[in-house]
Amino acid sequence: MSRYITRLRMRRTYKWNGRPVGEDRKLKRQYYESMSISVEGKTEDATVSLGQYILIEGDDDDNPFVAQLLKLYTDDSGKKKTAVLQWFVRMCEVPQNKRKLLGRDPHPQEIFFYQDRSCDNEVDGETILGAVQIEYVPVQDPFPVGKSRDILFVKLLWDTKSFRALDPELMQPSQSPKSPPPSSRGPQTRALPTPDPSVMKRAMSGILTRGSMSTGKMSSSEAESLHSASKLSAAKALSAKRRSQAVSGPQVRKKLDLCSPSKNMSRDDVLGELLDERSEKTLTSKLNTSPTGRISISIRLTPLNLNKEECVSPLSSHSPDKPRMTAHDKDDAARARTPSRRKDSAALREPALAALAEEEHEDSPINTAATSRSKRKSAQLVSSRIKKQLNLLGNKIGLQSDGEDGDDDDCFIPSKIDLQSSSDEEEEAKIDSEDELIVKKHRGSGTSRSTEKTRVSARTPRKTPSKKTAPATPRTPRHATPSIPSRTAPARKPGNVLEEARARLHVSSVPESLPCREQEFQDIYNFVESKVIDGTGGCMYISGVPGTGKTATVHEVIRSLQQSAEQDEIPHFRFIEINGMKMTDPHQAYVQILQKLTDQKATPDHAAALLEKRFSAPAPKKETVVLLVDELDLLWTRKQNVMYNLFDWPTRRNARLVVLTIANTMDLPERIMINRVASRLGLTRMSFQPYTFKQLQQIITSRLNRVKAFEEDALQLVSRKVAALSGDARRCLDICRRATEICEHSGSQKNSSGLVGMSHVMEALDEMFSSSYISAIRCASVQEQLFLRAVIAEFRRLGLEEATFQQVFVQHQALCRVEGLQPANVSEGLTVCQRLGSCRLLLLEGSRLDLFLRIRLNVSQDDVLYALKAD
Amino acid sequence: VQDRCGCVLMMLCDGVCVQAQKLLRERLCHQKLPDQPVGLDSQYKHLLELLRRTAVHGESNSVLIVGPRGSGKTMLLGCVLRELMSLKEAQKNVLLVELNGLLQTDDKIALKEITRQLHLENVVGDKVFGSFAENLAFLLEALKKGDKSSSRPVLFVLDEFDLFAHHKNQTLLYNLLDVSQSAQTPVAVLGLTCRLDVLELLEKRVKSRFSHRQIHLFSSLSFAQYLDVVRAQLSLPPDFPDPKFSDEWNHSVTKLCEDKTVEEILRRNFNGSKDFRSLHSLLFLAVSRVSVSHSTLREADLIEAWRLISVDSKANVLHGLSILELCLIIAMKHLNDTYDGEPFNFQMVHNEFKKFIQRKSHSIHKFEKPVVMKAFEHLLQLELVRPVDSGVCKVQREYQLMRLMLEHGQVMEALQRYPQCPTDVKQWALSAFG
Repeated sequence: MSRYITRLRMRRTYKWNGRPVGEDRKLKRQYYESMSISVEGKTEDATVSLGQYILIEGDDDDNPFVAQLLKLYTDDSGKKKTAVLQWFVRMCEVPQNKRKLLGRDPHPQEIFFYQDRSCDNEVDGETILGAVQIEYVPVQDPFPVGKSRDILFVKLLWDTKSFRALDPELMQPSQSPKSPPPSSRGPQTRALPTPDPSVMKRAMSGILTRGSMSTGKMSSSEAESLHSASKLSAAKALSAKRRSQAVSGPQVRKKLDLCSPSKNMSRDDVLGELLDERSEKTLTSKLNTSPTGRISISIRLTPLNLNKEECVSPLSSHSPDKPRMTAHDKDDAARARTPSRRKDSAALREPALAALAEEEHEDSPINTAATSRSKRKSAQLVSSRIKKQLNLLGNKIGLQSDGEDGDDDDCFIPSKIDLQSSSDEEEEAKIDSEDELIVKKHRGSGTSRSTEKTRVSARTPRKTPSKKTAPATPRTPRHATPSIPSRTAPARKPGNVLEEARARLHVSSVPESLPCREQEFQDIYNFVESKVIDGTGGCMYISGVPGTGKTATVHEVIRSLQQSAEQDEIPHFRFIEINGMKMTDPHQAYVQILQKLTDQKATPDHAAALLEKRFSAPAPKKETVVLLVDELDLLWTRKQNVMYNLFDWPTRRNARLVVLTIANTMDLPERIMINRVASRLGLTRMSFQPYTFKQLQQIITSRLNRVKAFEEDALQLVSRKVAALSGDARRCLDICRRATEICEHSGSQKNSSGLVGMSHVMEALDEMFSSSYISAIRCASVQEQLFLRAVIAEFRRLGLEEATFQQVFVQHQALCRVEGLQPANVSEGLTVCQRLGSCRLLLLEGSRLDLFLRIRLNVSQDDVLYALKAD
Repeated sequence: VQDRCGCVLMMLCDGVCVQAQKLLRERLCHQKLPDQPVGLDSQYKHLLELLRRTAVHGESNSVLIVGPRGSGKTMLLGCVLRELMSLKEAQKNVLLVELNGLLQTDDKIALKEITRQLHLENVVGDKVFGSFAENLAFLLEALKKGDKSSSRPVLFVLDEFDLFAHHKNQTLLYNLLDVSQSAQTPVAVLGLTCRLDVLELLEKRVKSRFSHRQIHLFSSLSFAQYLDVVRAQLSLPPDFPDPKFSDEWNHSVTKLCEDKTVEEILRRNFNGSKDFRSLHSLLFLAVSRVSVSHSTLREADLIEAWRLISVDSKANVLHGLSILELCLIIAMKHLNDTYDGEPFNFQMVHNEFKKFIQRKSHSIHKFEKPVVMKAFEHLLQLELVRPVDSGVCKVQREYQLMRLMLEHGQVMEALQRYPQCPTDVKQWALSAFG
């Protein structure tokens, strides 16, 4: 889908086509039928008219919004163009959590009819990008395969809660003045639509242009498509009978399906197009010294323009099909004539099919540029000859079609869907590849006659291989989904009460409710809810020491908000979470937000620009985004632009962004933020106090949830101890978990109540809180203990808390003698000293100073003496 | 015939001896894990139980194994993992990731290594693709995908854990510990460190996520137990191919351990440090001295090994000095005594030396000043003397302030051992003041 016109770099101008068709005096509005969009750097305009499917500029350049144009009007000033739309949604616009409701993998080109009354259906007319082709596929039918990637399919209806089957009648515009009867797309018989006069007019003008084609200014593709449009009605009469025969039997239809040419052109058309292109190219290359750029533009436009041209007349929807029929007939004949050629041309076609359409795009202009010069003469010659022929034919058809307007046959319709599905999608890709093919042929044969022949025969069998190859080239996934391999044997479930309790006490187990944070929960809930309902934005700063349930509370809030959104009590919103610790650089925040929001990958700078655009541009269908930024302090940069942006976006009028930030320190805004950042953060703050012992106790009890594993006193001891130290719930749970382990081990011997008692808890507390220094000193070797003693003795002598190794070593040797040990030499002494240093009982500085190594104690002298005395 | 028999017997004996030596060397060089860690039963049980729960129940855990260098942290973990892998339930269910703070010096390298060891999808061959940020996001996503009951538990072993705490923002630790505290892929984070204050290195939010389980390895061995360990370490196993030789060997080892001198050596070693690594290096030297000519371990071997191990490195250097250099060292020692350890310069040393030559020396001739300077510079190169502050200001070499990097005792000991040291030099060294 990347071949839409790149909106950002092109300026578009919008103009009304024709006179207003109606006027609303009360509202001072003038209604129009169509609008033309001209893009800078392109010669021809695209036209969108009522009832047509269009693309609307959105946040995501690759996936613009899709809608059907219902009304076009301007206000009295005449400056502001407004469009009334019926929206369609892509799968990526459906909320993440609802996507599974579809129950299958969405087709990459699938869109959904969007039914939501709350959604604004008026947009600025100048956000329209152009027309797009949409095809209705009945629910039970499979998606057509092997079609162009620019055609979108609609099968289902999305009403913000569920996917439903789409009534085909909904696909027809109701307000359009020229709307065909709803049955026109359905399989049943329907009244005849009148051919679009604009199309007819254009067809005529197309012929005129063709006459002046030798000047080489007009894109050949447009001329060609216009021409084909003009031909349609003329061809109708000729082929009506044969058509009715063709569609009568299923077998025939199938055959039609297979061999129907991809383009709505007869052989002559093809030739004309071919030669026009050639002549034009030769001309442009003659005019330009460096022709590649120019030529590539004209070629690139080909598929798009053709598409648009067809979309211009979706109301007279079946009209493009008709020339196809004739083309098919002629092709049949061509095939019959050149049966052998078809084979080699099919073989020739194979490599081109394997390549991606995109690549062909890139290649073809260069190729043509390279070859055009050499083949110029013969090409020009042939082109002029054939053009003459075509002009004649075109004129005749133009005349005929005038009288044939209303005349159409009903029996043609049943085959319509088949035909469409088989041919429409491929057109674009084929036109691309045709260029290439022609070039190849030119190179190979040189004579235009053989080109013409192989060309025609080449097109006929292409259908068959392409149907096979199209699904065989799957799009490479954007990113692989990594995962840890799954285990061979399933995890064992907890067996006894203690194991059960341990599983429940694990920090990771999600509790049914979050006790003791009711007030905070309510505050955050109210804040987010009000913002979501109002569709406004805002910031909130949440602080608190680790393990006080900040993140858990926010998650709980979001969970319950999402629940009520599902029950339709509040509008839907997106929840996105980033964590300052889980990124390597503050600027990665942009990348992560963008990726979670739109699944796009970008560099930090680009992501910032895209987000900026998204949050500042008005978009009617935007959902509120709730962004949780955990560990905010790590997003600090010297310029603070990440934080600034995070807090600035919510203040934009159209942002609909709610930012919840979490950090540990209460005064973070004052301490690290510069004024303009702190000011944007606002005053909505909340701080989570450390849990009190009662709260901790309640948390454990609620987690255990009637699993009787702890004695009441034991619980109280744990919670009091933790509350006194940190109030960290994680710590509390970990201690309890350890206590159950200790209980399990000792349980086999003592056989008490089987519950976790005071002694177990005490042991666990001891293990986790007691300093290990004392036991480390007690377990040290004799020399190490002596060295510590020597350090203290030297400190006392010096009256300082620092000494050099040499000084301590003297003391050490003296102590060795007192203890009756052989004094250690310097090497041994240093080894002992280093070992104590590596445990951080001693702090050593300047180890390269050797004897003059500076020694300090990392433990208090009292502790050392206490540990050594008890020994 | 008898001769030939003797020859064959010799060769056989030779083979057995080499075999025994090989076996003991393997044991002493930590090439093989011991059957059972000595004196660490409770820690062993605790760790095994913890890892078993991760492997079998999918419970996430984090634990630190703290102990001084050479206390057997890696050995303990190795034994535990060996037993864990022998469990049928755990065998194929556990993924192991081993990191070392000395190798993975920053989180970027560590992440690549984790991804590589887990064989995740962005690994081709041995190379990991993607930028640091992508790798982090990738790994986190991978870990987030898993859940308690269905994904394989991952054991993260972080050797030199304290070095990981010095990484920027402690991103890796935060994320690993965060995974261990949330309902994602079950992980066990095992940190090995010798720093007792390792928890103080952790940032508060990282610390809060750590379970605060610490397994301390402090050896509380008594000397008697230590002797038992020595005996066990030196004994040949009962399944040794030549029972006669192994009996003889084991007998000699028992006798050796009862020997007074050997016991004294072992006690000194024990006093120095209780870890087995220093013991092993001592025993290794002793075992290496065993040869075919004396195929048992004798006390002389151990004494020699001890001598090699306990020798003071600087005293060794002093033995290689010339008389002039030695005289300069003595002059410096006197200066140190006189000025109570204050730094000196070459000129002072030279004056002291000249005084000695003029007054007391009989055997040593007068040296030219440049020659003395050269000798002094040699000492400087050997780093027996060091400039106080390495030449910040441009001072003439003679007046640059120096310090002697030798202890009083070292100088005296070197003099005692110095071959053919002139008596007047010795006397000068012993005399109180210059």
